[in-house]
Amino acid sequence: MIYSEKVMEHFQNPRNVGVLKNADGVGQVGNPVCGDMMTFYIKVEDNRIADVRFQTFGCGAAIAVSSMVSEMALGKTLEEAMEISNKSVAEELGGLPKNKLHCSNLGADALHKAIENYKKRQKATKKDQPAKSADKAKCYCPYCEGSLEGMEGFCKECQIELEECGECGMPKRKGAKECPHCGKTKVIV
Amino acid sequence: MRRVYLDHTATTPLHPQVFEAMIPYLKEKFGNPQSLHFVGQEALNAIEEARERVAGLIKAQPEEIYFTSSGSESNNFALKGFALAHRSRGNHIVLSVIEHQSILHSAKNLEKIGCTFSYVPVDEYGMVDPEEVKKVLTKETILVSIMLANGEVGTIEPVAEIAKVCRNHDVLFHTDGVAAVGNIGVDVTKLKVDSLSLAGNQFYGPKGCAALYIKKGARIFSFIDGGIQEKGRRAGTENVAGIVGLGKASEIAKDILEQRIEKVKPLRDKLIQRLPQKVEHVRITGHPERRLPHQTSFCIEFVEGEAMLLSLDMQGVAASSGSACTSRELKASHVLLAMGINHATAQGSILFSLIEETTLEDIDYLLEVFPPIIDRLRKMSPLYTKFLEEKEK
Repeated sequence: MIYSEKVMEHFQNPRNVGVLKNADGVGQVGNPVCGDMMTFYIKVEDNRIADVRFQTFGCGAAIAVSSMVSEMALGKTLEEAMEISNKSVAEELGGLPKNKLHCSNLGADALHKAIENYKKRQKATKKDQPAKSADKAKCYCPYCEGSLEGMEGFCKECQIELEECGECGMPKRKGAKECPHCGKTKVIV
Repeated sequence: MRRVYLDHTATTPLHPQVFEAMIPYLKEKFGNPQSLHFVGQEALNAIEEARERVAGLIKAQPEEIYFTSSGSESNNFALKGFALAHRSRGNHIVLSVIEHQSILHSAKNLEKIGCTFSYVPVDEYGMVDPEEVKKVLTKETILVSIMLANGEVGTIEPVAEIAKVCRNHDVLFHTDGVAAVGNIGVDVTKLKVDSLSLAGNQFYGPKGCAALYIKKGARIFSFIDGGIQEKGRRAGTENVAGIVGLGKASEIAKDILEQRIEKVKPLRDKLIQRLPQKVEHVRITGHPERRLPHQTSFCIEFVEGEAMLLSLDMQGVAASSGSACTSRELKASHVLLAMGINHATAQGSILFSLIEETTLEDIDYLLEVFPPIIDRLRKMSPLYTKFLEEKEK
């Protein structure tokens, strides 16, 4: 078996799977092109992660990593949870095969995004503005995951021009033959 | 726990008679076929007999069979051997987008020495249109290489027609027959190809032994230089036991091919018919009729292939997948993408390929354990949740 016992155990019995309907923060990473997609939902009470749920589309490692991250995050303060790194997740799982290490990045990233999303919402509420839906993927650059709010057809973070994919309507790099959302490709002739 | 092996595409088991035939050549008949003495002659006779048997399976002449170490080597041999031998005529080669890596990666290397390549597309069933091949031929074209059948989606290509197009344009034609030979009838006198590769471990022969058919008179560069083995085109002391095994596997395949097909095809058909009845959002990949009799491939929406494989493995079922997460280079199957399947769907690729030992009980067992696995993974999948939400709206 390519995976450690711990990975297989989490894969078989993943903790905290599901959706939190009234989550305080939501973080989504990945897209089907790179293989995995993860969504983390958190509930925050007194600056601590009081509840956490995740959903994952991906391989055994991706599922085990999400499960482990959720377990590690539960009960931690937001600052402590931000400290959870891909390295610590992989260690807790008893190691991951080299070509699966990127899955552990995704897990920690998704959690961190959920925390950032929570903080953003907090600020927005303070300013008495309605919180914007975080999981509206259209507002995010598909390449760097940076926010596209208020930007039309340009991602500030990775400095690329974007256009709507004719197939699925999601943003993609201008002129790109392959959409990162629906994967519509042109066959080379 | 029940053990169900449905990964013929990776390798078949060794046929017991093949095993028996090989044993003496690993023990007392250990000779080097190039030795003059009786020990060597015994080995030489064995490999020449094997050559006749392999030739018999594809209706070739024995002297047209060259033994190699793998299907990949045979494909490298053909592509590089023809490219080098015919450079004075041109340097343009035509491939399909769904060729095996041993062809595609050979092409990448040949590009470095100045060869140019055109890639013909496939339709949604993975079929190459011979007209598309015709369109890309130029005065510079020396070789076309299109596989006989695709091991991943099972589609059988119109090779005889493509070979005809090539003949009319005075272009060599190689076909990768690794997935096809020993599993469907292959007759080189009808296909009229210039070369064809085949591998023993795709039809109950040993791993590490394969062959390249090279039509008599075709000019090709030697692949391994050294001694006079394989008429100097592929030097190196012969893998005698392997060659004997490949010969025996070829003889068996020739004798009982029809029975094998009659045995696996109804079981495969049951799987194709029943799985989509049991599970929603399942797409069958490959051509509905023109396909290998022993295999079937699906794309299961909203779930990922490796997670399915691991879950099946825990239930004692061995299968394979073309998902990005299953591959070492983390890329989705180029075959599925070329057929116009999007990345997310290709991630849900799962491939079941039957062997002659597969029983009806095995298929029923798979149909029993597989749907709950999909169900469990879908409940975890953000893509499925999104799909359900959108459906409600």
